[in-house]
Amino acid sequence: MAERLSELIEALALKVDAALHDSVRRVAAPAHELAYETDAAELLSVCRTLRDRDGLGFEMLMDLAGVDYLHYGRDDWETSEATHLGFSRARLAARAPPDPAAPGRFAVVYNLLSVSANQRLRLKVRCPDSTEPVLDSVVEVWASANWFEREAFDLFGILFRGHPDLRRILTDYGFIGHAFRKDFPLIGNVEVQYDPDKQRVVYRPVSIVPRVLVPRVIRHDHRYEPALRDGQVPR
Amino acid sequence: MATTPLSEIRNYTMNFGPQHPAAHGVLRLVLEMDGEVIQKADPHIGLLHRGTEKLAESKPFNQSIGYMDRLDYVSMMCNEHAYVLAIERLLGIEPPERAQYIRTLFDEITRVLNHLMWLGAHGLDIGAMTVFLLCFKAREELMDVYEAVSGTRMHATYYRPGGVYRDLPESMPKYQVSKWRSAKQVARLNEARSGTMLDFIQAFTASFPAQIDDYEALLTDNRIWKQRTVNIGVVSPERALQLGFSGPMLRGSGVEWDLRKKQPYEVYDRMDFDIPVGVNGDCYDRYLCRVAEMRQSNRIIRQCVDWLSRNEGPVMIDDRKVRPPSRMHMKEDMESLIHHFKFFTEGYEVPEGETYAAVEAPKGEFGIYLVSDGANKPYRLKCRAPGFAHLAALEEMCRGHMLADVVAIIGTQDIVFGEVDR
Repeated sequence: MAERLSELIEALALKVDAALHDSVRRVAAPAHELAYETDAAELLSVCRTLRDRDGLGFEMLMDLAGVDYLHYGRDDWETSEATHLGFSRARLAARAPPDPAAPGRFAVVYNLLSVSANQRLRLKVRCPDSTEPVLDSVVEVWASANWFEREAFDLFGILFRGHPDLRRILTDYGFIGHAFRKDFPLIGNVEVQYDPDKQRVVYRPVSIVPRVLVPRVIRHDHRYEPALRDGQVPR
Repeated sequence: MATTPLSEIRNYTMNFGPQHPAAHGVLRLVLEMDGEVIQKADPHIGLLHRGTEKLAESKPFNQSIGYMDRLDYVSMMCNEHAYVLAIERLLGIEPPERAQYIRTLFDEITRVLNHLMWLGAHGLDIGAMTVFLLCFKAREELMDVYEAVSGTRMHATYYRPGGVYRDLPESMPKYQVSKWRSAKQVARLNEARSGTMLDFIQAFTASFPAQIDDYEALLTDNRIWKQRTVNIGVVSPERALQLGFSGPMLRGSGVEWDLRKKQPYEVYDRMDFDIPVGVNGDCYDRYLCRVAEMRQSNRIIRQCVDWLSRNEGPVMIDDRKVRPPSRMHMKEDMESLIHHFKFFTEGYEVPEGETYAAVEAPKGEFGIYLVSDGANKPYRLKCRAPGFAHLAALEEMCRGHMLADVVAIIGTQDIVFGEVDR
C-alpha cells in the first residue's frame, strides 16, 4: 500500500514536470504528499494548467492558507548545555529583531484536490514584496478561492489582484491591523466594554497583561540526544 | 380610462440574524429582497472568531487538541482526528492497530451524533418538532459513550498523537434512583448498561436502524417536508466542485467522493460500507444522503465493535517522546516524574516540515495544514473547515428563492459557526 502510494506520487510528479517544466520547483514534503513552489508572476498560468491539463485535473481548491514567515526558525528560549546533572539555566535569546520588510515574508499555500484522478498537490507562492504583499487572485480558476482569499487578506493583509470583493471577513467591523501576522500581539490591541454613559459598546486599549507561557519555544531537545541515553552519560 | 401611476417599488434590504434561532448560531445575513424573493445574500461571519489558529501557535502541540473539539462542536472527535493525523505525519509515527479501530469507531459515532443533531435542527427549522425530540433521545445515549470514554460529554480531548488517551472502559455509568426516576425505571434504563461499553454500543446499533426508520416515517414521504426541500438550493456537480464542496453537500449533487473510501485512513479500508449519492443536488437529496450515511455508520460501528471485542492490544504507541509515563511510574520514579513534568509543560518537538491532513468529517473534508519549524509549538496551523466553503456558496444557492427557503438552505448546509469562524 505504502509503496504503491509513493509510486503514484512519483508518477504525478513526472506529469507535473512535463506540463509545467521550470515554472514550478518541487519542495520537500512528508511521504505520500507532493508540494511545489512557484513564482508570483506565473501563478495564474500554473493554476490554469494544473486545473485543465489531462492527467492533472485539479478541479478543486480545498484550502488556501496565508503564512507569515517572520519568526520562522527563531529561538525564543535557549538552553545551551545539557549534562548528566541537568540543564543549564534557560535564558532569552538575545538577537536582533527580524526585519518585517525583508522579502519573502508572506506566502500563500494552495491545497489542491483532483476528484477525477484522486490526487492532491500543494502549491506555495511567496509574495515578492513584504510591505505591500500582492498576488494574483485565483477566483476565476476556482470559485472557492473567494472567501479563502478574503480570509488571507483579513488575517495577513495579503492583497489579491482581481478579487471581486476583497473585504474583511472574520474580524470585527472597523478592525485595525492583521491579526495573524507574527508581529500582532496574541492578546490584541483593543478590547470592548459597555459604556453606560454613552449607552453603547466602546473600544479601549487592551487592559490584560500579555502572558507568556513558560517554557517558551524549545528547539534543541537534549533529552533525545544519543550521547545522553542511559548508560552512555558523559562523565 | 385613467391609469393610476404605480407607486415606486424598491428592493428591501433585510437583516437576518445574528440572533435568530434559524441562523444556527451567529450568522448575520444581509438580504436584498424583491418582495419575498432573494436578490442578493451577503453572509457576515466572524462573530464567533476566537483566533484558534493563532492560539495554537502559542502552545505546545498537545495542548491544542482540546481547541479542536471546540471548532465544529457537534463533531468533536473528527476535528481532533485531523489534528493528530497532521502531527503524526510530521513525526512519522503510526498508532497501534487497536487505537486505529477505536478512532474509526469514534469517528463514526461522531458522524451519527452530528447527523442526529443536524436532522433534529433541520426538521425544527422547517417546522417538524417531533423528529427533534426523537433525535436528541438517541443522541443522549451516544453522549454517554463519549462521557464513559473521555470523561466529558462533548469536548473529549480523547485522541492523542500516537493513539488515544486510554483504552475503552470496562463499564458504563449507570442511572441512579432519584426524585424523578423510580427504581423500576432505573432498572429498565440500566439494562443495556450492565456490561462493558462495547456491549452498550452493540445494543445501540441493534436498535438504531429501527429508530432511523422512525425518523424517515416522519419525514421522507411527508408532503410538507417535500414541499420545503425538493428543488430547493439545487447545485450542479460541476458547480459543487468549483465551489469546494465536500461531504454530503458534494455527494448530494451526485459526485461519488468520500475520503474514507478514496483516500482511506486508519482502518477504513477494512470496513464494509457504501457511499450514498444523491441525484438532483437539492435539499431533499442531501437529506436522503445523510440519513443513508447514518445507516452506513451504524454498519461500520458494528464492525469495529466486533473487532475490538475480540482483539486486545496497546492503544498508544510505545514511544516515550509522545507518550507520558504511566501514573504508577510517575509516583515511584524520579526520572519518570521529570519526564512527566517536561512532557506536559514543554511537550515534544516536531521535525521541520509542513503537511496537510484531511479526514472525512460529518460535514465534509476537515483538513489541517500544519507548518512546523522544528519547535515544540506549531509555526502555523490552518483549519480547513467544510462549512466555510459551503457558507461561501450560500448566496448562489439562495438567489431567486423565497425568504423561507433561506432557512431550509442554511439547514441543509449543516452550518456550525465554531468551525466557520474558528
